[in-house]
Amino acid sequence: MAANVANKPVLANPPAELERVPLVENNRSIGWISDAVSRIVEDKTPKWWWAAFVPSFIFMTILLTMLAYQISTGVGVWGNHAPEMWGWDIINFVWWIGIGHAGTLISAILFLLRQRWRTGVNRAAEAMTIFAVMCAGIFPAIHVGRVWYDWWLFPIPNPYNVWPQFRSPLMWDVFAVSTYFTVSVLFWYIGLVPDLAVIRDRAKTRLRKILYGIPALGWNGSNRHWNNYEKCYLILAGVSTPLVLSVHSIVSLDFAVSQLPGWHTTIFPPYFVAGAIFSGFGMVLTLLLPLRKLMKLEDIITMRHVDLMCKVTLATGSIVGYAYCMEFFIAWYSGNPYEKFTFWNRAFGPFGWSYFTMMTCNVLVPQLFWMKRFRTNLVAVFILSILVNIGMWFERFVIVVTSLHRDFLPSSWGYYKPTPVDILTFLGTFGLFFTMFLLFLRFLPMIAVSEVKGVTPQADPHHPLGGAKGGHH
Amino acid sequence: MKYGMLAEFANPADLMHAAEKIRDGGFRRWDVFSPYPIHGMNQAMGLKNSKVGWFGFIGGCTGYTTGMIMIWWMNALDYPIAVGGKPMFSPFAAFPPSYELTILFTAFGSIFGMLLLNRLPRLHHPLLKNKRFARATHDGFFLVIETTDPKYSETETRKLLETTGSQHIEVIEE
Repeated sequence: MAANVANKPVLANPPAELERVPLVENNRSIGWISDAVSRIVEDKTPKWWWAAFVPSFIFMTILLTMLAYQISTGVGVWGNHAPEMWGWDIINFVWWIGIGHAGTLISAILFLLRQRWRTGVNRAAEAMTIFAVMCAGIFPAIHVGRVWYDWWLFPIPNPYNVWPQFRSPLMWDVFAVSTYFTVSVLFWYIGLVPDLAVIRDRAKTRLRKILYGIPALGWNGSNRHWNNYEKCYLILAGVSTPLVLSVHSIVSLDFAVSQLPGWHTTIFPPYFVAGAIFSGFGMVLTLLLPLRKLMKLEDIITMRHVDLMCKVTLATGSIVGYAYCMEFFIAWYSGNPYEKFTFWNRAFGPFGWSYFTMMTCNVLVPQLFWMKRFRTNLVAVFILSILVNIGMWFERFVIVVTSLHRDFLPSSWGYYKPTPVDILTFLGTFGLFFTMFLLFLRFLPMIAVSEVKGVTPQADPHHPLGGAKGGHH
Repeated sequence: MKYGMLAEFANPADLMHAAEKIRDGGFRRWDVFSPYPIHGMNQAMGLKNSKVGWFGFIGGCTGYTTGMIMIWWMNALDYPIAVGGKPMFSPFAAFPPSYELTILFTAFGSIFGMLLLNRLPRLHHPLLKNKRFARATHDGFFLVIETTDPKYSETETRKLLETTGSQHIEVIEE
């Protein structure tokens, strides 16, 4: 028998067209990866960084000004008026928090599914998640009007001895979003620890060594440490997966638990989650396409990464498209006249233009990704990714505004218009987002160095490039 | 005072073979260092499954019970508020916040468990003072046997490490 096994024909190498594209191109060495990523943090600040940072900072100042104005005056400065009691505030909240979902999908779900390509993009995507949730968190905090009572949302004893009312989905939302933010930060930080140690060990000055050394916690690459670290990382991925699915489900329950036609529907949780991932991948592409070029990281964020992200966008975009059709079908099939009216009004009423913008950007545009011609054309991918972001913003606009603006009694019908404060606050959150993101790019390793090293053939002790001589194990 | 003996290797495969040898030699206070976790190294070192999972599990159980008990106590016992004829406490309405707390506490549990088991943060370590060892986070592969290991001997251990194909062996000062 033993002879039989030995005589077994050696499997021929797969034909060239079936060969997988390597995750790090040009056969880069392990050391090259830390050099290429640390360089961004160590070199002089590039000019393009300042060119992006200054306008971002100005927009962030606009945000702070608008918030100060809104808080000192009251929510009346927004376009929200009966029957439109929710407007851009909630649209922006849902949109930003949805953006964050792609980061967690890449870092947690793709980790559990052993998608090794995630290593090239996960760090930047996780940073995007954190900053997007920060932008999102502003809106529910300020739309309550009296911001100084925000702490009543948390189960903290107050002078009236009354506790939060946990039967309300708005309370669930508080727990979902604050847990999401905390766990995202923890996951991101734990991933950063070995890479902060990389920067610490390369530091030329003592100050740098201390500043990066303290958050690196004294990490030294010990395998006894890696053993516990990898288990911890796996658990974080394991809990972030149900977390990310629950967050947008709970956000959707803010709508679905109400009795309003257009909101009161069971399809909302899965449909919101798919939409969130769809918009988040749009944002990841928007951010990473220019960055890989500007930072010369084309060997780490390869065309294969772009191709795969386009495919995820296509898949989630199609799920969203299916949900739109199913909503319409159910509105008719339910036989509920109010439901039917709301949906007919959505498409052909005074806000029909927003409905068709949404349909074009979210359902038709991503279908172009079926064609390889579009997935490999970076300019096309960039433009389509922005259209996806626009489309998803309009989805939230359609859900919030068109369901509210025609109440049950025609006497309380209205037309919603945002005020300049609404618009400037929203634009200001982009300032906050990009300010934070640019600071992240400048001061922290934007690629998960140790994880990318781990997926190269040089890192595999059973691969000839990793030193394997064959015949072992 | 000497901390231990450091051996450097050219690639992960050599490090792994060396680790197997040291494991079979019956050493106990030793470790290998690499810029990324090497797949299969835990077996090569004879390490058991990490205990971090227990910390996460206990964290998760704590989170879920905290959520349920908190909501029951606040909304049904300490200050009952009647809303829409709904029961004062229902596990279904209390589930979403409890679910989130399960996840939150699991995350904290496993992170603190990991730090505890790894004895981190530890900002001062004899190895971190070594210039050559700085490559452990870049592209270096190292194996260190501590002097406190009962089988450690200045001459014998060096000989053993030489047979593993190490490129460089040195003694690390405390």
